[in-house]
Formats: sequence, structure tokens, C-alpha cells
Amino acid sequence: MSISRGAAEHDSGAGTGTKAPIVDASPARNFRPGFVAKIILMACINAFGLYGLLAAWSTGTWGVFAGLVIALIAANYVYFSRRAIPGKYLYPGLLFLFTYQLFTMAYTGYVAFTNYGDGHNSDKGDAIEQILSYNESRVEGSAAYPVTVVKDGDGNLGFAIVQDGVAKVGTAEKPLEEASGAQIEGNSVKGVEGFTVLPFAQIVENQQEITNLRVPFSDNAEDGSLRTQDAMNAYQFRSTLEFDKATDTMTDTATGDVYTANGETGFFTNADGKNLTPGWRVSVGFDNFTYMFTDSRVSGPFFSILTWTFAFAFLSVATTFALGLFFALVFNDPRVRGRKFYRAILILPYAFPGFLSALVWKGMLNERFGFVNEVLLGGNGVQWLSDPWIAKFSILMVNLWLGFPYMFLITTGALQSLPGDVMESAKMDGASPWRVLRSIILPLLMISTAPLLISSFAFNFNNFSLIYMLTGGGPNFTGSPLLIGSTDILISMVYSVAFESGVKQYGLASAVSILIFIMVGVISWLGFRQTRKLEEY
Amino acid sequence: MQRGIPAVAAALGMALVLSACSGGTTPETESPKPTTSESEAPEVSGKLTVWVDETRINDFKDVVAKFKADRGVEVEVVQKASGDIRTEFVQQVPTGEGPDVIIGANDWIGEFVTNGVVAPIELGDKAAQFSAGSINAFSYEGKSYGVPYAVESIGLVRNNALAKETPATFDELIAQGKELKSEFPVLIQQGDQGDAYHLYPLQTSFGSFVFKQDEAGNYTDELALGGAQGEAWAKYLAKLGKEGILDASIGGDQAKEAFSAGKSAYMVTGPWYASEFVKEGMDISILPIPSAGGEESRPFAGYQGAYISAKSQNALLANDFVVNYLSTEEAADQIYASGGRIPALTASAAKITDEIAKGWADAAANGLPQPGSAAMGVVWGFWGAAQLDIASGKAADPVKAWETMVKNIEDGIKKG
Repeated sequence: MSISRGAAEHDSGAGTGTKAPIVDASPARNFRPGFVAKIILMACINAFGLYGLLAAWSTGTWGVFAGLVIALIAANYVYFSRRAIPGKYLYPGLLFLFTYQLFTMAYTGYVAFTNYGDGHNSDKGDAIEQILSYNESRVEGSAAYPVTVVKDGDGNLGFAIVQDGVAKVGTAEKPLEEASGAQIEGNSVKGVEGFTVLPFAQIVENQQEITNLRVPFSDNAEDGSLRTQDAMNAYQFRSTLEFDKATDTMTDTATGDVYTANGETGFFTNADGKNLTPGWRVSVGFDNFTYMFTDSRVSGPFFSILTWTFAFAFLSVATTFALGLFFALVFNDPRVRGRKFYRAILILPYAFPGFLSALVWKGMLNERFGFVNEVLLGGNGVQWLSDPWIAKFSILMVNLWLGFPYMFLITTGALQSLPGDVMESAKMDGASPWRVLRSIILPLLMISTAPLLISSFAFNFNNFSLIYMLTGGGPNFTGSPLLIGSTDILISMVYSVAFESGVKQYGLASAVSILIFIMVGVISWLGFRQTRKLEEY
Repeated sequence: MQRGIPAVAAALGMALVLSACSGGTTPETESPKPTTSESEAPEVSGKLTVWVDETRINDFKDVVAKFKADRGVEVEVVQKASGDIRTEFVQQVPTGEGPDVIIGANDWIGEFVTNGVVAPIELGDKAAQFSAGSINAFSYEGKSYGVPYAVESIGLVRNNALAKETPATFDELIAQGKELKSEFPVLIQQGDQGDAYHLYPLQTSFGSFVFKQDEAGNYTDELALGGAQGEAWAKYLAKLGKEGILDASIGGDQAKEAFSAGKSAYMVTGPWYASEFVKEGMDISILPIPSAGGEESRPFAGYQGAYISAKSQNALLANDFVVNYLSTEEAADQIYASGGRIPALTASAAKITDEIAKGWADAAANGLPQPGSAAMGVVWGFWGAAQLDIASGKAADPVKAWETMVKNIEDGIKKG
């Protein structure tokens, strides 16, 4: 908040300075078009907000609801109060900051400390419900009963069926018993004394209740209960597990095994270590963070991939910057004819979506059918993407093609803003072009481009789409216990470990993302400190 | 105007934030409003939401329209992207925002059940009307979680312009292909991560299977890839690689193009590409894949079906649609007519007259259900990669590479 307050003071100074003459003018006396526009816009915002509130209310998403209430109140205060002039400028930015940055970061942080992933998908209540439902099955060899849904005088729902030619009716409290005065048609009941038969529309209205209704088959609990899933056919179901809330255990009624809820693993586990699926989400502390370093199967590849990630990011920036700068220098010289045309051509690779270019390159580098091998090299089988070292080279080359136009753009811009007099005086002093480049152009250029180089480094450090589209991280390490390969960088390794190895592990993925974030953060911080030194001299 | 700019920005911001919020929680337009089913008007009868991806939506458009007309129930079909539908379903169901019914493949079952997002289904006596494999395919640990509607598998597609007779073994097939002097004796797609799915028929002909099956035909957790049969297959893989049949640079697209261009008389593929060949006007036949190892070659049969969400607010309607309606011959015929996939309902499958469709039906009849256990996710990656390593010669000793793969998969399953 200290940052925003500082900015606010700065803004307010500027704001009051320019707006001073109209501060006292009340809209009632001074009815200007701007005010009308503001009223209309605020009305729209409030309408949207109310719509959002209603939507959040109906789906019961209270977090969103609370957030919207606060955002709406703040919006109305900020734009109608005369005291909050700086807020008018800050509000949209802050709102975006909260929704897109802080919320995502907080949520990633939260997930990183849980075991959220396959098998631990929801909360404990859901897990219990599903375990019970998965362990309740139709009694083997039992019959299917066409069922009639009925309601007794007190409004309790019940089922009526025909068993061995006899009509039977029961509710959740009263087990099935012979019904007096029932009308039977074929093998289903059409009416029972003391009960009303539910028409289809009402059945649909009460479907939650009906699908959850269990009518005991007899006084003996062992016989199980009658259930229906479609209100047409009912079957005799028996549950093999019983949940005891007091002790938080599940008991297998057939074998007597007791499964105890384990708050550390998020599973019901018995004495032999057998788990019931599904489990639920629990907090696992720092396990996800230490996994990459403690599991020997992962730590080995992890460090070799870490090295490649740094090499890839550094070389990508270095090569693209060198090529971009070269072209920028060449086309900055007024003696080159048709400069605009060449510049436009050079920007082209930047205009295509990166992942599309990567896919096209993948096709062109195909060993047997690719344009490069087939046409350019006359059928020579260079393993562009399947040899570990050549694949690394291919990645760097494709990234050079993708990335140099950006460097070309920024260095051209920076070159054109260099003071002409400095350059001229250097020439007057008899400096060679090389000397001018080294001692004047480059140092001046670095001041404005160094921050961009750092951000480019950070971008390439996490350049997932290029790796994923071009090589998929392959060629894989032969015989490695994880599906990772020699061109994987950290972020694509995370993806592979967390998603492609078969079992999704969102918790682990979040934790490693945070580790990567810290690494990139530290590098950027060091880089920016370095840049400040550049500026000083 | 000075005031106008921030206000415009704020309005835009609110709009974006709102859409972001509703996007994140999957908006009210996609989920049935519980309030409608609780209202007092008797004619209101709930609304069913069905998720289906673009590869299966053609199967369902007509049958859903018929269901609506027949039962007078409101059904909303939401098209999802095939890459996301599965993950989104797993993520959305616990929040209560998912659909009532999801249409998908049988091998999603493991992920769905271990995450507790689908409800068990009681087919009752209707199970007998489906092919036995299809019911097994939608069972997990002995319980049914889905209703099948169609089956698909791969087979041998022959270009009749290049070859008329097909020999009985795969080696003879390769020899014939070489005699024909076409560029490829036979096309089997691989790609840079390998493709175990398209090689499985050849592997099974060596008696090597992925998981052991119990008497009822359900897969157990026990890996069956190892053993002498697996090693024999590994050696054969190396041989196929040496002969240039298997190549990482031949992915699906490349194989399809080569076959279209008449560069090969044979391609091991499924109906998805074959239908394109027919559209191009090629004269093709669908044949069983010849055996390479002496035993019968059996491809994976992929079943399509419908699952019901564990948290459906309209469970009754969903069951009515999935269990009662989709299992009728009428609905199965309708789905076949719209989408062209071979019906899983035996009575409907028997009515097929089209030669090519019949070929696919025969190919699938011989198939083994694609395993749906969560462990399968671990298997695919290692399996394909190791087979490719062996075929490309990168792994010098095929048997050793195969053993490493089996060990890696076993470790992976244990960990999962």
C-alpha cells in the first residue's frame, strides 16, 4: 500500500493543479456533457455489478460476491466523492492488480501447500459421499422392479413395487410391506391406499430427494434397501461400507476392516495401508517444495535441465540481441536504400503467433519429410529434432528467428534517439566507426535496452510454448524414470512431471512454479541493480 | 472529458473482471439453475446439461433433439474443446458447476472414478443388449460408471488400386509392400513421442498384453508387458525399425498424406482417417491387421459413452437420458446415422450394411477394451518412448530397453 499512497499523492498534486477551476462547480448548477457521460457510465458499471452479484448469489460463490460488493462500493465512492480524485485514476489499475495478479498468486501459493491433484480432487465431505456411493452396489442376482414413486399423507416420499405378484410400499422410515388396496397393472403399481402417485413433473421437481431415497427392504438391515436412479426401475442395493462420524472411520461390513481418516495423506487407510478412493485435499506443508531435491529420480534430471534452462535463456537473448543490433545498425545508416521495405520484411517473423511459427518449423525440420532436409539439403537425414545436441541447436536457431525482430525494433528505436551531436563530435575527433560503436553507441544503447534484455531473459526462461510445440522436450532421456528430455526447460519439465506423467499433481506444479518465480525474480533483481550502475556512468 | 477517460477504463475493467469471474467458475448459462426445478409451477421439469467435445458433437445433435421432443425435457448441449473437456470436468464437478452428463471415451473412467466425479450407473437387464466388451470398458473395479454408445478401433486400410490380395502374416505383408515398389511397404504412424496405440495389434500377436485380465474380462492392476512375449516383441520392433517401417518422422499427418498420395498400399489407422480417404474418392478396404508373432492380432477398442456427474442436480433426468434413452435401438440407430460410429448396441450394429463400416465393426469386435485405469496415464508415455527408442536403434539392446521400460512403468504406477 505504501507504493500506491506515494503514487496517489503524486497524482493528486497533478490533478488538483489542472482541475482547480471546476472543483467548486456543483453539477446541479453546472450541467456539462462530461457529467452526463459519467452518470451513464456509472449506471452501466452498477448494472453490470448488480448482474454479477445476482449471478454470484444464485451459484453461491460467496468469495466472488464479497469481492464484487467491495469493488462496487469502492467504485461508487471513488467516482462520486470529491475527495477521492487520485483514486479515480488508481481504481481501475488496482482492481486489475487484485483480480489478475494478487488473487492468482495467493491461490497458487495456497495450492502449493496442498496435495491437490488426481485422487485428491475435492473436500472431505465429497470424498465420504463418493466412497459410500461407490461401495453401495446392487445385490447380486436380485430382480429389477418397475417402481412407482408415491407420497403419503404427511408428504413423505416412498416407493411402491410389485414383488412376487404382491404390491408393496414403503418410505424411508417404514420398510417395504404389503400394501392394502393397491391397483396392480402388469408388474407395476398404479395406486395405493393412503398414498398419492407422483406425476412425472413432480418426480422431476423432487429428483434430488428421490434419487437419494433409500427404502429399507425389510426390518433386517442386512437386506439392504430399495433405490432408484431414474424413477422407473428400482433395485435392491446393499452398502459394503459404513461411515462412523464420531470416530471418523469407515468399516467394511463384509470383512470388518476399519479404514481411519488420515488427515496427513488425505485418505481413509486401513491397518494394511490400503486406501479408499477418492481421497481429499489436505495441507502437506513444504513437501511439494522439497520433492524436486530429495527424490533422487528427479533431482538428477532436474539439475541438468536447470543448466540447460540458463544456457537456453542466456544464449537466446545473446543471439537475438546480436542479430537484431546488427540489422538495426545496418538499416539505421541513411546510405542504405529501401530501408523501410527491409525493415518491414524483418519485422515479419514477429508478426506471426509464436506457437504457430514453432509448429511450422517443426514440420520443416522433420527428418524425412521436412523442407530443410528434403529440399535444402537434398534428402540428407540430419536429425534436427531427435539428436540431443542438434535439437538444442535447432531450438536456439528457431528462437533466433522468432526473437530477433523484437531486438531489431527496440535497438532501432534506441539508436534513433541517440544524440547526434555526440556521434558527430566523435567523428570530428577521428574515431573509427568501430570505436564509435564500442565506446559511444553501445554504452548509450545499454542504458535503455538493458531492462528489456532482462525481461527478455525472464521471458525465455519460461518460454514454454516454443519448447512444447517444437520438440515437446524430446528427445527423451533414454531409460529415465520421468518423461523428460534433453531440450526440456524448467517450466516444460514442471508440465511434464505434473501433468503428462499420468497423474495430475497441481500442488507440486504450483510449488515448482513458485520456485521458478523466485529464481527469475532474483535474477531480474540482480540484473536491474547492475543496470542502475550503467546509468550512473 | 478529463473525467471521461478513467470512467471508460473503469467500465471496461468491470466488464472484463466480470467476464473473468464468470469464466473462472463456469457461468450460470452452462449450469442448470437449481431454482427452476424448485419452483412451484408443475410444468417446469428441470434442465439437463450435456458436455460434449467437437469430435463427438455430430453423434449427439439429432438424438438430443429427439429426446427433447419425446420427453419434453429441456436439454442444453455445451460444446467443449476436446483437449480440455476432461480436465475441466474433473475440476468443475467438485464446485457444483459441472454438467449433468458428459460424453467421452471409456479410458477416462479411471481418472473420473479416482477423483470421485462420476456417479455409478445401474444398467439392470439392459447390459445384455450391449456387446460384452463395451460394458467391461465402462466398468471400474466391477462397477458400471457409463453407458456405451459406440466403438472404434484401428484396422488395416488397403488401397485397392495398389493391392488386391492381402497375405496372412505381417512379414509377408512387408514383403508384398516391397515388391510393389511403393515408397513405404506399410504405414504405421509414430511421431516423436512414439505411438503404442498403433503398434498394439502387432504386439498382441506376440501374446504380449498391457495389463492382465481376470476371467470376466476386467483389467487388473498387474502389468503384463514383461516376460518372454514382451521380449520377443521388442526384438521384432528392432527389426521393424531396421527395415524402415517405424520412423519417428512419420506422424499421423505424414502417414495420412503419404497414403493419400498413393505412396503405400497399406496403412494401419482408424475410421477418422479412413473416412477422409473415402471422401477423396479412394477405393479402400478395411481388413484385420495380419499377425506378426503367430497369435491373433488384437487392437485396442475405444468405446464412446456417456457418464453422469456425481454432483448432478438432475440425476433422475440424467439417468433417464443415459440409461433408458441411449440404450434404445432407436437412439442407437439415430446416433449411427448422424455420426457414423459403429454402435455398441448389438442389435443396431447388426443392421449395418455399408462395407467399410462393416470392416470397422469386425476390426472392433476383435478388439480389447482400452484400459481406463489411472495407471494407464503412466504407461502410455513410457511405452511409446521406449518402443521408439528400440525401433530407431537408439537403444542398442532391445530386450534390455524393454526391461528398463517395464521397471519404470512399475515404479511410476507404485508412486501414483
